[in-house]
This record gives sequence, C-alpha cells and structure tokens, in this order.
Amino acid sequence: MESVAIRFCGDSGDGMQLTGGEFTNTTAAVGNDFATFPDFPAEIRAPKGTTFGVSGFQIQFSSQRIHTPGDAINAMVAMNPAAFKMNIAEVEPGGIVIANEDEFTKVNLKKAGYAQDENPLDDDEINRRYQLYRVPISRLTRESLAESGMGSKDIDRCRNMYALGMAYWLYQRPLENTIEHLEGYFRDKKGLPEVAEINVRALKAGYHFGETAEMFPSQYTVPAAPMESGLYRKISGNEALVLGYAAASQLAGTEIVYAGYPITPASDLLHGLSNLKHYGVQTFQAEDEIAAICAAIGASFAGKIGMTGTSGPGLALKGEGMGLAMMLELPVVIVDVQRAGPATGMPTKTEQADLLQAMYGRSGEAPVIVLAASSPSDCFDSAIESVRLAVRHMCPVILLTDGGMANGAEPWRVPDMSTYEPIEIRHPTEPNSEDGFLPYLRDDETLARPWVRPGTPGLEHRVGGLEKEADTGNVCYDGDNHDAMSRARQAKIEAAQQVIPPIEVHGTVDSSTLVLGWGGTSGAIASAVAVLEQEGEAPAFAHLRHMNPFPSDLGAVLERYETVIIPEINMGQLSLLIRARYLKDVISICEMKGRSFHTNELAERIRTIMNGGEA
Amino acid sequence: MTDQVSSDGSTTMELPVYKAKDFTTDQDVRWCPGCGDYAVLAAVRKTLPKLGRRKEDYVFVSGIGCAARFPYYMETYGLHSIHGRAPAFATGIKLANPDLDVWLVSGDGDLLSIGGNHLIHSMRRNVGINIILLNNRIYGLTKGQYSPTSEQGKITKSTPMGSLDTPINPIALALAAECTFVARSLDIDAKFLGEIMTRGAAHQGMSFIEVYQDCNIFNHQAWFYASQKESRPQTTIVLEHGKPLIFGADRELGIRLNGGNPEVVKIGENGVAEEDLMVHDENSLVQASVLAQMFQPAFPEPMGVIYVNPDRPSYESASHAQMQEARDKHAELDLQKLVNGRQTWTID
Repeated sequence: MESVAIRFCGDSGDGMQLTGGEFTNTTAAVGNDFATFPDFPAEIRAPKGTTFGVSGFQIQFSSQRIHTPGDAINAMVAMNPAAFKMNIAEVEPGGIVIANEDEFTKVNLKKAGYAQDENPLDDDEINRRYQLYRVPISRLTRESLAESGMGSKDIDRCRNMYALGMAYWLYQRPLENTIEHLEGYFRDKKGLPEVAEINVRALKAGYHFGETAEMFPSQYTVPAAPMESGLYRKISGNEALVLGYAAASQLAGTEIVYAGYPITPASDLLHGLSNLKHYGVQTFQAEDEIAAICAAIGASFAGKIGMTGTSGPGLALKGEGMGLAMMLELPVVIVDVQRAGPATGMPTKTEQADLLQAMYGRSGEAPVIVLAASSPSDCFDSAIESVRLAVRHMCPVILLTDGGMANGAEPWRVPDMSTYEPIEIRHPTEPNSEDGFLPYLRDDETLARPWVRPGTPGLEHRVGGLEKEADTGNVCYDGDNHDAMSRARQAKIEAAQQVIPPIEVHGTVDSSTLVLGWGGTSGAIASAVAVLEQEGEAPAFAHLRHMNPFPSDLGAVLERYETVIIPEINMGQLSLLIRARYLKDVISICEMKGRSFHTNELAERIRTIMNGGEA
Repeated sequence: MTDQVSSDGSTTMELPVYKAKDFTTDQDVRWCPGCGDYAVLAAVRKTLPKLGRRKEDYVFVSGIGCAARFPYYMETYGLHSIHGRAPAFATGIKLANPDLDVWLVSGDGDLLSIGGNHLIHSMRRNVGINIILLNNRIYGLTKGQYSPTSEQGKITKSTPMGSLDTPINPIALALAAECTFVARSLDIDAKFLGEIMTRGAAHQGMSFIEVYQDCNIFNHQAWFYASQKESRPQTTIVLEHGKPLIFGADRELGIRLNGGNPEVVKIGENGVAEEDLMVHDENSLVQASVLAQMFQPAFPEPMGVIYVNPDRPSYESASHAQMQEARDKHAELDLQKLVNGRQTWTID
C-alpha cells in the first residue's frame, strides 16, 4: 500500500494521544513519511463514555511524500461506542474498523446517544459498509495480564497498548520503539517497573492476537518513503517553535525573555521554553495576557529579546501593548497559535482567522511585521526569522501558526545549525550625532532607531506612548510631525522587504490559474494540486510566509495569472488584503470546520473553478 | 567624586557627585501650577544623588495619567507605558536586568483601578522595584471623575448624585498582596518623603510608598487635614520602629491596643502611661494590619514605614538563581544536539 490513514479514538482517559504518538514514533523509525492530526476536546476529562469526551489521533503514513494527515480514514480503532459514533462517518467505505466490543454495553451505548437496543456493531449497513472487527479488547487485556498481580485499574489502563499491538501487527511495525519508550518512561523515569511490565505485555499480547487469531485477512505493508537523505526527527509545530527560539537566542548571543499566560494551544511554548533556561531563555508566567506582552516589552527595553506567545483571544488583549511597542520602536516577538474563534470558540481546533487581527488589531496606524509558518517544521525557521526581523527593524513581529501545525507532527530533516547566520544585534554606547544622543535617529537602510540599553552612561533617554518628535524622540503634538512619523513607521516595516525572498511559484507555472495560500494550509494545497497534476490540468501554486510586508514581487506574480484562487480557513481574509493592495480580483475558497482542508475536496473545488464553475 | 558602594559592601568604581539638576531634563514640566506632583518630583531629584547609584542605572517607569508623565522629567532612562500596566513593564525590565534601579511612579487611577491586577501580582512576587503611588483620590488627566480611592458619595462629573463605590485602602491592599515594604508619606513633606524613599530604595524586593498628593484643580484640599501645620499633629501619627505611637500637638495622645483593637488615649489620663501604648514594630504584619485601618476622624493616619519584611528575596534574583542553577547543571551547551532531539533516524 502507498498510504494509510489510521485513527485511534476513545475516551479522553483512554490514552489515545499516547497511543497515536507511539504509532507515529514507530512509523518514523521505519522510514515512512507521515503527518499527524491529534483531535481532542477542550474538556480535560468529560464524563466517561460521552461523545464530547472523545479523543482521537489520526496519522497518515506513506511510502511517498505526503503533506496532510489524510482525508478519509482507512483504518479506525474505536475504544468505545462514543468514539465509534463520532468517527465512523470519516472512515472510507471498505475501511477497517476495530471496535472494542466489551465497551459496547447497554449503559455505554446509551451514554453515546444510541437508541435503546441499538448497537451499531450489529447494524447490517455498518457491517456491509466496513470491514468491521469486533475484538473484546478489555477482556483480552485483562486475561493477558491476569497473572501480573496488578489491580484492575492498572490493568484496564493497558487496553490502549493492546490496541496498539494489534495495529502494529496489521501494518507490520516493530514493537521495539514502543517497548523502549514504555520502559524508559514508566520504569526509569517514574520508578514504576511493574507498570512498564504490564504495558509491554499488553502491547505484545495485542500483536500476538493479530498473528494467532486469524481474524484479519491480511497484513498491510507500507514501505519506506523516498526521502532526501539525512538525519531526521519527528517534530510538531510547538516543539519547533521552542527549539527555534532557543536557537535564536544562541544565534543572537542575547537572552530571550519569554512572558506568557497559559492558553490553548500555545501553552506548550511556555512549557518547552521553561525547560531551556540553560540556553539563555528566561520564562515568566504572567498574571494575564496583557502583563505578558508588557513584561516582554520591558525586557526588550532593558536589552534582552522580549517575546510572548498566545492564541487569538490573547492576541486581542495584547493589542494595546503591541501598539506601544510599535511606538517605542522596540523589538518584541508575538506568536499567535491560531485557534477556531471568535471569543473562546473551539480552543482545540484550528483556524486561520486571526490574519486581519494581526495586521490591524491595534489603535491608530500601527503596522507590524507579520509572518506565517507553513508547516510544523517550518515553525523552526520562522521562529528564527521573527527574531531576526524584530531586532533588525526594531518593531513587533507577529508570527502566526495554528492549532493544526502546533500539535500535528511530521518528519523533519534536522538542519545543520552551523549553516545559520548569526543574528546581529547592536547596542550603541556612543552618541549618534553632534547634538548628542538622538533616540529616534534612524538607520539609513533598515530605518530602525538605535537600541540603547539602560545602564549605558551618557545615553539616558525616555520613550513612551505619546507621539515622538522625529530624531529627538521628545513628546510632540505637531500635526506635520505626526504625519511624518506615521509614514516613517510604515516605511520601516516595508523596509523588511529588503530581506524577504521573492515568491516561489510551483506546479504548472504557465497555467492561467494560480492557487495562492498562506500559513498552515500549505500541505493541503500542495496535495490538492498534486491530485490535479495526476489528472492533467493543474494550476500553478504559491505559498506566502510573509504577510506584512508581502514579498516585493507579489503584485507582479499575481498579474501573470488570469485566475487567482485563495483557499483559507476563514471567510476570505487574505483575499481581502490582496484585492485591496493589488486591485486584483481573486476567488476565495473558504471553510471553517476546525481542521485543514481535505485534499480531495479542495482539489474538486479548484477543478470546478478552473472549469469555469462556482467556488 | 565619591566611591560607589556595591551591594556586597565593597567600594568599587568612583561615582560622580550628582546634584538634583543632574536628574532634570530639558523638557518643560506640564503639570498644573500648584500640583502636588511638583513637590514629589523635587524630592525624588534631591534623593537620587544620595543613593549611591549611577545615573544611567536608574529607570523610571509609569502608566498613564498626570503622575505618569514623571519619567519625561527625569534625566535617567525612562519608559512611559500604557494605562495600568507599569508594574508589568517594570517586572520585565527587572527580569531582564536586575542591576537596574527601577522606580515606578503613577497615580491612584492607574495603579489601583485599571492596573489593580498588575499591582497585586508584582507585589506578591516581590519584584525589586520602588513604587510611588501618587494618590490624589481623583482622575485628573481625564478632568475630574471619581477614582478608586475617592470617598464614597463623592460628587464628580460622572457621579452627580455621589459615587457608590467603597474606596480601596491602598495600604491594606499592599499588605494583603504580601508586599514586603509598605509606607506612607505626604507630597509636601520633602524631607520625610526623601527619608522614606531612601529606605525603600535600600529594601530588597518591592517598596511601595503611598503619597498623599494634592490635585489643586479637581480635588483641592483632599488631604488638607493631613498636610496643614495646625491640624497635622492631631490627624497624623509618625511611625518610628521600636517607639510608642504618640501624636498630638504636645505629644499628649497615644494609641493603645485594647483587645487587639486600637484606641486613642491621653497620656497621663485615667492612669495611661507611655508604657501602655502600642510600640511600632515594622516587622509585624499583624500590627501593620491594625495601622492600615486607622483613618480620620477616629484615628490619626499613620505616616512612615508601616511594614517591612527584609528577608524575602526579590523575584528577579530568584529567577536568575534558577537560570544559574540550570546553567550549572548543563555545563556544556550543544545546540545541534538540542535540535536533533532524543529520537532520530537516518535516511541514506
């Protein structure tokens, strides 16, 4: 088989994320390309057995290069009726469904919302439509661990490993990786060798069940993918951000002060960076989102690289702080791991609807640099670039990622860190003019003002939110000066184009249609275009990572195409910007379903537009 | 030139001899003539030269409001931030560079209303900054609305029938928020204010000084009872550590604790002697809580250092200690190894 998408689903307490994570690690080790999609509720432990407590983990793995966690599920492991109910519709016809039949009790079926005496496992239609395997996973796990002397609670917690063992048999994956992890975690780290032991036994029992029960007609082989040679690791977007900022601190030779406030799905940044103090990362859990950005700005004022991370609602709270940082002309980095909004929205689901907030969500004319990472691994370079641009232009930089790439993982060819240019930071210690030190005298090229650290003798100066007189930085309410300063701040952001690479157009470059994407939909769009390429008529496609300023050649590229299609997980925010900036009409493909586009649906919609139909 | 005394007691570099004018910028001061802020500005400019720090190590931070213009008038590093958030900015500055001497000057609206949350949290963390709260019990810059410290029933533009809110007690709030240095002073008493600020500056961790400050435009004479020569001896009481609480024009009155509650007594009357009076113990949180509740007209209002906890380390020193501990544990940094992570695989 070329590609398989498998989904593990069960109750929030069933350990499905761990199961999926282990399957992913093993998949990585056998050399497949892969992409993952952890899909879990915002509730920590919703009432057991309910549909809103269902947690799922999907991974697509392939012998080819892939970019998405897959549209339809080829195989599903459902640990209870609620998980079955919530996920069965996404399984392809003829797909494998393994259900833990022990949990399909009257009580559980009722909790999942099935009618009295209704059991989907007995449903003829379900049995016709899917390859349904009823496996008494709970009972088999208990039986296999009966001799262990462990309590039933501990034993029942091993069901997920039993299920994982079956999946390993089905797709011919080795057990070693997971055994190593279980022993490393439970035995070595937690000091619970007996827990490690029963988990390993359950895993092996599940695997042997697949082998001996002769229940499944066949095993499936997904050979290694043709990947570029090199050293690889698995990486999620949030992991890549953490590593990227630690790297940025090292490349800059300056400590990072990360001030954050817990918010889904950005909290992992705060967690991850808190563990990297030895790499020059100081972390501060502030009392709220506002305090977080203010502390970050204070740290930047003092000469460190101040940064904060959040999600949409937090970005809204940081608006005034960002405006001040723009006015103070201090570097500060703000990561927005976008989630489905507005308000609290769907905290664990993804969306791209903060673009306009990032662009304009401040009072007055307050342009900032906006970047958008395009994949989990791209978060690494985006993090470094956000710091590089912030200190180069002395301004806030917002880096947009999203919940999908934050938690989704993919293989990453680890870069050689010695190939990265250092991040140049200058802290002047001498006056910059004959009239003494002028805190707002600009660099000719970058238009940035000097970054003088408090503690530097003779260069004492004040900055603040009141409008500044050009050069001196003194408080100034003169209209002409305000006009000039507003334009100077805008010009400074635009000056970042000097170091923004031109757009790369891929695919059928000479097509009359261009598909233009940004941020986390890169994988879905590339996959959809690949589908169209196989069919013959395919568009060109390009992907934006720089949202403000846009690459300087964007207007020229757009002019080359008769039709420009912009797929976004929002109501057309990039479309609005493109139309306004370039007077170029575009066709939007918009969807807000808490996940990225499904490849085939997106391909279908692009095909329809290319054939002159409605989007 | 004189020697600078470092925190470890050794004399290191020579320190220029500063005068108040060395801390004065070329910017015109834009407060209303007669504003109490002038007196505080003068007292700060006079005090800083005596603190043994270099001019370039001072940072003045403020929020928004009349008082928040303070940094523009100090020839030091300064950050005029946004409304209410000055404690958060100051926290970031101290975390980034604990060697800076950070002063936060702002008003009652800024620090106690919109910024109340940040004030509380910077206090409980014991961030090593000096906060001067200029309390004039009114919103000045927005032209005269009642503030969180205005007395209940205050008639203002926004409360034509009188304000409904019970005022915040800044000292009680600071004590509740675990602030480690809590004091009170008066804007026009430059010498006393200077002494309190000097002690606050020497304190490890946060010092919080509430200053009764007159807004002569929108709330003139709000503190008249406490500032005028005639009434002051009866309406205020100057605290001295280890000394009995005595006040009055002829020092004839005192504060006695009766079943834990304070009462005003006349020395020599009904057999009351000085030994019966409450003795100020600035390290006692219980006594400080009593002092925090003493208001006119029932009691004289305490002036001076109300509470000090000299032992709690500052937040920034604790943060840097963790940084150091992490560095000591990982003597050799290998960025490549960090990026590679624990589990890798090679494709040929």
